[in-house]
Amino acid sequence: MSVYLLVDFGSTYTKILAVDLAEESILGRAQSPTTIETDVTIGLNKALAELVDTCGVDLDRVEGKYASSSAAGGLKMVAIGLVPELTLEAARRACLGAGAKLVSGYGFEIDKEIVEAIEAARCDIILLCGGTDGGDKKTITHNARMLAHSAVDCPILVAGNRAAADTVKEVLEKHGKKVYKAGNVLPSLETVEVEPAQELIREIFIAHITHAKGLDKAADFIGGPIIPTPRASLQAAALLADGTEGEQGIGSLLVVEVGGATTNIHSVMEQSLVTPQTVLRGLPESRVKRTVEGDLGIRYNAPTIYGFVGKDAFLQRLRELYPAVDEQAFDPDAHIDHLSRNVGHTPTEELELAADIVLARSAASIAVERHAGTVKQEFSVMGEILVQRGKNLLDAENVIGTGGIFRYGLHPETVLQAALFSPETPWSLKPRAPKTFIDRDYMLYGIGLLATNHPVQALRIAKRYLKPSEIDS
Amino acid sequence: MSKRQVNKSVVIGTIGADAHMIGGWVLEKAFKAAGFTVAFLGAVVPQQEFINAAIEIDADAILVSSMYGMGVLDCEGLRQKCIEAGLDDIILYAGGTVAAPLEIEKNWPEVERRFKELGFDRVFPNTCTAEEAVATLKADLGITD
Repeated sequence: MSVYLLVDFGSTYTKILAVDLAEESILGRAQSPTTIETDVTIGLNKALAELVDTCGVDLDRVEGKYASSSAAGGLKMVAIGLVPELTLEAARRACLGAGAKLVSGYGFEIDKEIVEAIEAARCDIILLCGGTDGGDKKTITHNARMLAHSAVDCPILVAGNRAAADTVKEVLEKHGKKVYKAGNVLPSLETVEVEPAQELIREIFIAHITHAKGLDKAADFIGGPIIPTPRASLQAAALLADGTEGEQGIGSLLVVEVGGATTNIHSVMEQSLVTPQTVLRGLPESRVKRTVEGDLGIRYNAPTIYGFVGKDAFLQRLRELYPAVDEQAFDPDAHIDHLSRNVGHTPTEELELAADIVLARSAASIAVERHAGTVKQEFSVMGEILVQRGKNLLDAENVIGTGGIFRYGLHPETVLQAALFSPETPWSLKPRAPKTFIDRDYMLYGIGLLATNHPVQALRIAKRYLKPSEIDS
Repeated sequence: MSKRQVNKSVVIGTIGADAHMIGGWVLEKAFKAAGFTVAFLGAVVPQQEFINAAIEIDADAILVSSMYGMGVLDCEGLRQKCIEAGLDDIILYAGGTVAAPLEIEKNWPEVERRFKELGFDRVFPNTCTAEEAVATLKADLGITD
């Protein structure tokens, strides 16, 4: 027996997954509401007690513990760049790929109003970028001056034009700001280089933010650094796709994570052209990519999603899952409104479960569409040209669904169906014929936590517990 | 015709629904050899992308390549966008088969006039060489090395 505890301090629940690394099995799980405002270990201890009660885990025999957190708003960042489609976009990707919650992004020169908004946001880190190396200097310098004279008190990570970096650092430090420096996220227009900035973001999180969020005592219990939850999910996705020495990965993949507040998509897949003659436009895509849709959470944004679907279509899809809906006095408008006001609600009745699935399907479909690239035909005097923007996911080998809906939902495979390529939107480069899996045990974050030190066992546990789903693709 | 402060950087691309790139490649190579920073955008480049690149790299000039004879239509509005974007003193060149081949051959002054009217500093016929382009830009920027 080799028992490990994998803890996630979520925004709503503190979850613990107990695994046996020797047997490569999941022993059990428990959860309790997160108590970040008072003392985070209160919720943690309740969850531990439940774990002992329900799964008989012997806490004295625990060999190791790891933890992630999205509590107290998670890792909140603001990104500042120059051209929105260029350095600001690269900065956004740096934040998202580091597991941060991107509060807002600003391009060009920031003004007093924007500075006030940044002060009010009370974010954890500001990522300041702008200008390729040897390119524009005036904007990042102006923005540094604005931040220097502001009341922001969080660390500022400078990852812009190398030629301006020293000036920028100086002006910020002169006014008492804590400054970190990393290589340019967009050193030239063909090179997106977010890893150096992401490395520093991780370090800053561990050094400063763990304490600021009241997670010190939790860190003591864990005996090691706590990472942002999305970072754990990304590590799991990369491990699953790529494998490790001694254990093969499952190939390119897409993780569809449908939640109450957001729907997130992670892809681990090399970029490729749709056809050899296709013209590629836009910023280069990275192999490991994360997007977060803050308007597609199936609780907080139930009304938004419902608006996208439309009442008639919503009822029609609901009918397909639950034919008896017409016999009940079901008012979709009222139900959707109720959901957005009761964000912790877990449905038990079949009709409510079905309604959640309809919402999750739309959320997944739209989120994957936004994550994936597009291909369009342009007609010229020489004939048809195909122009591709964004990431080609057509030949993704695997799609994994994770999130509460995949645990309690009815027919969750229909949610994954919605994430696939559709002839109705042929321009959207969604996966065509992948194998599909469901994270029934909601274990992906745990796999990610184990990935650094125990990759082989983590991968084997993941492969064992990912449930293949049957969908007609 | 020189910028306030020369950065020795250029943006090159083929504009509009035109997939020809070879001219751009040749220019990219020549300008890099001459010590310029080059943002090569490839083909089928919309106007806005030339602008975005020029802002980000602090370009001295945008070199627009056009090979399929519809250059005038595609280039219209680029100078205005530059001005809007704060690039009012950026140098704009157009080159390639910028008009119908017969026009270029028989009526070059008219082609030149049309491009100058659009706000381009210079336009080059498809007979010009990469070396000519480099030499001309260096002269326009006041670079003597």
